[in-house]
Amino acid sequence: MRLTSRYRFSASHRLDTPALSPEENRKLYGKCNYPHGHGHDYVLEITVEGPVDENGQVVNREAMDALVRERVLARVDHKNLNADIPEMAGSVATTENLATLVHRALAGSWTLPARLAGVRISETARNTFELEVA
Amino acid sequence: MFLTRKAEFSASHVCANPAWSADRNQAVYGNNANSNGHGHNYVLEVTLAGNPDPVTGMVFDLRELKEILNREVVDPMDHRFLNKEVPPFDRTIPTTENLAVEIWKRIEPQIRRDGVRLHNVRLYETGDLYVDYGGER
Repeated sequence: MRLTSRYRFSASHRLDTPALSPEENRKLYGKCNYPHGHGHDYVLEITVEGPVDENGQVVNREAMDALVRERVLARVDHKNLNADIPEMAGSVATTENLATLVHRALAGSWTLPARLAGVRISETARNTFELEVA
Repeated sequence: MFLTRKAEFSASHVCANPAWSADRNQAVYGNNANSNGHGHNYVLEVTLAGNPDPVTGMVFDLRELKEILNREVVDPMDHRFLNKEVPPFDRTIPTTENLAVEIWKRIEPQIRRDGVRLHNVRLYETGDLYVDYGGER
């Protein structure tokens, strides 16, 4: 059985890599490279997997919400992903990299009996990135 | 090929173990344990796996699938208090997980036939919380 819970956070970012010239960055990232950054209302979906326990649950909802709030939302909501997230230093603040970071933040302090099975982030309603945890 | 059909029903429930104290129920089920119950607009997505029939071009007759979902799920559960009116939830706690398992049990035997099987039951309790059940694995 899998259970998926949806959360929301708002954050700003700018896509730019020192590996490329300013000209190349502009060409590659387009509007996402504008110098002062921009923001999104991200939608985060966390999926857990496991057997249904004797209480009829895969996971205790409040324990899951508390973990996601503490490990992820408190650190990214109303933040600048480039400036405020130390783990993002040295990598581009793409939503692909953000999904990896969210997975690490959760997996590193996972205390729930159900397995963390997936991290899915929608940057806008048109762009969604999904990390399936093996 | 996968085919998914959606159905909706609204129902009330309470998630609490009658053998436990109010505090323990609150710890396990949060405000889902509030004693007089509350309701949701459940959204059910049923996914079938199969190959399109060479004659009809269909994996499954959608009208028949709608009838199965209405008969087994929507008619008995819509606008009902699950704990009081829909067995086995008089003795099984109607969490979204248990509800998904019950829906699977009710519809799977009626869907299974040559070349077609029930692949997944997704049940949304709210727009922000859903479970996926693929049967006993």
